[in-house]
Amino acid sequence: MAKWLRAYGDREGDGMVQMTFTLAILPGDRAREAAKRFAEAHGLKDPLVTTMEQCSQQHTYFVAYGHSAHQIDVDTIDVAELAAKPLSREQIEAMGKELGRKIVVVGACTGSDAHTVGIDAILNYKGFAGEKGLESYKCFDAHNLGAQVENVELAERAKALGADAILVSQVITQRNCHKENAAALIDLLNKQGVRDKFLLLLGGPRIDNKLALELGYEGGFGPGTKPSMVAAFVAEEVLRRARGKQVDPRR
Amino acid sequence: MAKVPLDHATVDACRAAAAAIADDVQRFIDRHTTVGIERTVARAYGVTGADPEGTPLANALVDRIHKAGHTGRGVAYFLGRALLEGASSAQEAAEQIAYGGASLDVEGGPTTHECRGALELETQRAIARMDEARRAREVFKARFPAAELPLKYVIVATGNIYDDAVQAKAARFAGADIVAVIRATAQSLLDYVPEGPTTEGYGGTYATQENFRIIRKAADEASEETGQYLAQTNYSSGLCMSEIAWMAAVERLDMLLNDAMYGILFRDINMERTFVDQYFSRRIVARSGIVINTGEDNYLTTADAVEKAHTVLASQFINEAFARRAGLSDDQMGLGHAFEIDPWLEDSFLLEVAQAQLVRQIFDKHPIKWMPPTKFKTGDVFHSHVHDAMFNLAGVMTHQSIELLGMFSEAIHTPLLMDRYLALKSAKYVFGTAKHLGDEIQWKPGGIVERRAKEVLHKAHELLVQVKGDGIWDAIGGGAFGDVKRRRTGGKGHAGVAARDPEYLNPILDELEGGR
Repeated sequence: MAKWLRAYGDREGDGMVQMTFTLAILPGDRAREAAKRFAEAHGLKDPLVTTMEQCSQQHTYFVAYGHSAHQIDVDTIDVAELAAKPLSREQIEAMGKELGRKIVVVGACTGSDAHTVGIDAILNYKGFAGEKGLESYKCFDAHNLGAQVENVELAERAKALGADAILVSQVITQRNCHKENAAALIDLLNKQGVRDKFLLLLGGPRIDNKLALELGYEGGFGPGTKPSMVAAFVAEEVLRRARGKQVDPRR
Repeated sequence: MAKVPLDHATVDACRAAAAAIADDVQRFIDRHTTVGIERTVARAYGVTGADPEGTPLANALVDRIHKAGHTGRGVAYFLGRALLEGASSAQEAAEQIAYGGASLDVEGGPTTHECRGALELETQRAIARMDEARRAREVFKARFPAAELPLKYVIVATGNIYDDAVQAKAARFAGADIVAVIRATAQSLLDYVPEGPTTEGYGGTYATQENFRIIRKAADEASEETGQYLAQTNYSSGLCMSEIAWMAAVERLDMLLNDAMYGILFRDINMERTFVDQYFSRRIVARSGIVINTGEDNYLTTADAVEKAHTVLASQFINEAFARRAGLSDDQMGLGHAFEIDPWLEDSFLLEVAQAQLVRQIFDKHPIKWMPPTKFKTGDVFHSHVHDAMFNLAGVMTHQSIELLGMFSEAIHTPLLMDRYLALKSAKYVFGTAKHLGDEIQWKPGGIVERRAKEVLHKAHELLVQVKGDGIWDAIGGGAFGDVKRRRTGGKGHAGVAARDPEYLNPILDELEGGR
């Protein structure tokens, strides 16, 4: 039986949503009507324009509420969910013990990206929001190469360190440069014939698992990712490969 | 004002330690130059333009001298010599040296003194150009009422300078006092300044002299239209720190991001290069009346804002010491700090206020730069807006001078027109509704705020004493600031540092130092 989802505001099925936008028109009755029609064009029934304020010499800022007529059939959704289950630190360390050696992880913000907040949160000892990073695990040998690392340099370091996994962080997304950069690393590793030596993970505020898989990575980690999620994914996959399954069947 | 008790003896001891730290580095600075400084000197003498591949003439000129191993003589020596040998201008001299294969033999020929003489008029012209730009800015600005503090500072970052100009004007319309055009990511690592207007850039827009002019024009127009001055700022940082300072000086910018250590820590630019470059850039800034904004806020994005708050204060003392050595007055030093403590930590607001108040009192004549939360921002724009409101409240109650407004979309994208409008609207509300809050209250003696302020000052002093003992070169090597470790000879741009020859010639610097 299909499960239909509608936006829930105050009562089941009311479809209430809020929209905020600017239009290149000055405030007035015409502008209010324009905003109303704009909301209607997005499928909102009986939209109420609740704010109309001039925000630049030529633009007006609007807030509108309305009833969305749209609904989603959850059963038709096919999303590549990350395989890793949440694991405790002890479970992850136990996998490391079974492996019998440290798992080498190399991470960097590649290309021109200078925003290390994400990779620091995952790799550095300090971690983020109360959870320590991969450096704090006995089973990981984590190397954070920092910001603005070229793909070539990252590949060289990963090879030199005998990395099991490469973590790529991409924060800057203007005109999709994060996708190009991330895909270029895969191309480079393929050309060098070493693609299958590494588990490749991609992270960043605009990254999800689906995008990462499309770009040729084994997994993608978006906003809110905790170090333990990455740790669990890497440990499970490296252990699985060590047990003889060389290539991820999902690829 | 709700003041925190200040141990003035400790503050004095911090300043003394910072002075010793800066003096140690200044001895190195005074014996060295860099390719960036020499390119700045060339530009000051009027060397302009680029070849068809986009390599600026200033680069072609200095690169040739640098390859020949003569950077230590100073580009002025070669320009002066070419003038003595018949070149009609510094530009023609530069072209002859860069493209014409003019001899770089330093044996024989005119003396340094003679070369200085040949450049006398050009030197006066260069300094006059800076002074005239400063005067023009001050005269224009004086036509408008002074803005209320904290000044509201917003960024634009479209990548296209013409869009930036539209957004800058919109920002003034919505109430901004200062607009920054964020630089394209990684421009700090370019060892040249691109030429002309630019319309493509990731994460921001390239800083070029022409782009500075375009924004200045838009800002002036917006000032006229709204009856309130719009200040312009950009980034004097990275490998072209001093060239950008020069461009900003002659294009009438009001402020510059400029930090003695930021490039070392956060862009992995070589330590020696950065220290030498920051000095010359700040000499230009001092002469131009530009206000610098330092970058200590960044420490708290890589290190913990509770544990490492004292590193911010220690660095502010160091930045102040370096700035003084470059001739900046206190009212030109926009020392930076930030509201970056985990917002879910109990009483984090009190810890933020304690630090903001402490910094305000220690640097009481300085236009303190207060930076918004970024590290704990998420895609929840509504919560983010509340977080920024708390930041605004801390800012106004502790009388911060320059406040970069937080954006509710901080964790999502470069600000949209609407995002900036909402940030300005809520800042206006908070600054107004709590205008005299700080004047009306007193902190509880021995309470959380007082104890925190005392602790931060005490730890900053300990760190400064330690850095003084180790020397800043080794202290940075040990991760004293921002938990980032750098080696003295590591990082980018080290090859561009050169020891000054005994015959080093730099009349521009001599003029800026004014017989130091």
